[in-house]
Amino acid sequence: MTTASLRLALVGAPNTGKTSLFNSLTGSRQKVANYPGVTVERKSGGFVTPEGRSVTVLDLPGTYSLRGRSPDEEITRDIVLGRFDGEAVPDLVLCVADATNLRLTLRLVLELKRVGRPMMLVLNMIDIAKRRGVTIDLDRMSQELGLPIVTSVAVRKGGVDELLKRTDEFLAKSHEAAASQWTTPTIADLKAAQREADRIIAAAVTLPTKPDTLTNRIDSVVLHPVWGLIILAVILFVMFQAVFTWAQPAMELLSGGFAALGQLIHDLLPESWSLLQSFLQNGLISGVGSVIVFLPQIIIIFLFILLLEDFGYMARAAFLMDRIMGGAGLHGRAFIPLLSSFACAIPGIMATRVIDNRRDRLTTILIAPLMTCSARIPVYTLIISAFVPATTLWGFVNLQGLVMFGLYAAGITSALTVSAIAKFFLWRDHAPAPFMLELPDYKVPRLRSIAIGVLNRAKMFLYRAGTTILSMMVLIWFLASFPTAPAGAEGPAINYSFAAMIGHALEPLLRPIGFNWQIAVALIPGMAAREVAVAALGTVYSIEGGKEAAEQIGQVLAQKWTLATALSMLVWYIFAPQCASTLAVIRRETGGAKWMVVTFLYMLALAYAASFLTFNLAQALGLH
Amino acid sequence: MTGDPNSSQDKLQDIRLGHADRGFVGKIIRLDALVTGSSLSPKELEQRLVEMGFVEGARVEILHEGTIRRDPIAVRVDNITIALRRSEAMAVIVE
Repeated sequence: MTTASLRLALVGAPNTGKTSLFNSLTGSRQKVANYPGVTVERKSGGFVTPEGRSVTVLDLPGTYSLRGRSPDEEITRDIVLGRFDGEAVPDLVLCVADATNLRLTLRLVLELKRVGRPMMLVLNMIDIAKRRGVTIDLDRMSQELGLPIVTSVAVRKGGVDELLKRTDEFLAKSHEAAASQWTTPTIADLKAAQREADRIIAAAVTLPTKPDTLTNRIDSVVLHPVWGLIILAVILFVMFQAVFTWAQPAMELLSGGFAALGQLIHDLLPESWSLLQSFLQNGLISGVGSVIVFLPQIIIIFLFILLLEDFGYMARAAFLMDRIMGGAGLHGRAFIPLLSSFACAIPGIMATRVIDNRRDRLTTILIAPLMTCSARIPVYTLIISAFVPATTLWGFVNLQGLVMFGLYAAGITSALTVSAIAKFFLWRDHAPAPFMLELPDYKVPRLRSIAIGVLNRAKMFLYRAGTTILSMMVLIWFLASFPTAPAGAEGPAINYSFAAMIGHALEPLLRPIGFNWQIAVALIPGMAAREVAVAALGTVYSIEGGKEAAEQIGQVLAQKWTLATALSMLVWYIFAPQCASTLAVIRRETGGAKWMVVTFLYMLALAYAASFLTFNLAQALGLH
Repeated sequence: MTGDPNSSQDKLQDIRLGHADRGFVGKIIRLDALVTGSSLSPKELEQRLVEMGFVEGARVEILHEGTIRRDPIAVRVDNITIALRRSEAMAVIVE
């Protein structure tokens, strides 16, 4: 038993500081993956105890009981019971409790005891408990529970020393697991266990005479029916300012850097190797660049989300928005992910992990790409400035701005409609998840823990989404570059490529929505990222790049397209699944291709139908 | 009639937590999940409420209310705060 790595599993109710304990035990030696076949995150890590035992830790999904009412909770139950395929049964179960709030965890402890695995209770956040005047008679509690108890302050340096020492002591002896007596608890069992837990608390814990009023005082403002919403709006405003203004310089630096690197490679290679030049510059480097350019936004959004989560605000935001979102069949927790999607659907979809119900999460992932992301802005501004006159309506409304607003509003409305439809058709036979969650006491955010969390998200995005996105970029480059133009050919090379062939082949299909073959061709590289379509249109219409390119494209388009076509194109961009990166992230977050295909098809159908209507209506109205 | 006068009075004061206003303070008498507006089955709802600490004898206080139709509510249950919708809180009988 001492040679192989020992397996530790962390179990606990939500908000007990389990994740910060995991972070302080393992530091950056963590691996985040998914359990096979499900969308549940598997977090594991390793550390070495003071006496040199190497230990692997598994951070199991938070749960209030082993009943397993969601896929996450089933995983916790099955691993603890040792019946999860491909996952060894833990040698030691560490049940993590918030020392300031023992009621619910102690009931879980009593339930876990019946499983019979060697177990230790960790009273985390003991410093906060002491400060509030909560005194816990550890010997008494340990005796009542029949379990060793250790205290910890996960967020402080040295706060887990005692835990490490006791783990060593515990592991030095051999422990036999008792036979499991666990059965799914009935309501009567739960109530009996809660009474027993309350009895133990009454015997071993002295609560302060004065309860914590700080959380209450903050909440009386933050959860106020009017002030609460205003504060939420201000927080979101700051968050979006940060995403757009702080990320912008970094994003420009990155995209500029990659463009320069591509040019450098281009210049270094001899002209006769034009194919390799093009592959490295336009395929590989711009492919990698188009992935990495999202990184600043992802880091900033997750920094905010994790800070707010750690502070305890996220549950409050869900509380404030639940009724408002509920009208469209969305869970209160879907609010932040959907809002993040206005910057970019990728962090938005990644942020849906805060929604614990699988169906609510899938609905949110499904509609996140309908939120107008920042990559649509270049396409919108190009077409609007080329076709919509900058006239002023009613003395104060700019028509161009009004159209832009309309596009955003159309995205939001359609997202809410799709959600309501999905709720009705896809999940009709399932009871919607009720809104029932703990509002934890406010805590000062733990920067180290947040840093590790942000780092994990960034790594996850780069490594795994990166590989899929990159391969799609290379494919799109291939389609736009082969076969090469014959010698002495007229017009841009892309007109001889597979992309052009596909564009020509698609043209009859796209004619009813007013698209010509040039648009069809530009849509293919536009799959890489929406804004690339602008540059692709420039290429197709043989406009040399440069600073004024966008303006020139606008002028050319204004001559070559009818207003009906332009409007149809705008509407197309509200809905069309024109983003390989988003699709790749959906595939990864949902653990399979199914929901990626569903998203792609429904968005495509919506885009086609909406553009068809727009084009024909515009023509009927004589908008040429 | 000279028994405990409070017991019959308390019976009259039993109300559902879902109907109570902000500032309400009381004690949980029992759970009755049979007739609520919740989409959950009565058994499932009762189980979840118990898991969140809604057990007989617990002290409850409604601390906050949502903006629209004063829903959801934030309830202090002994020393933890739980947010839930009024439709689910209907299952909690308090005095």
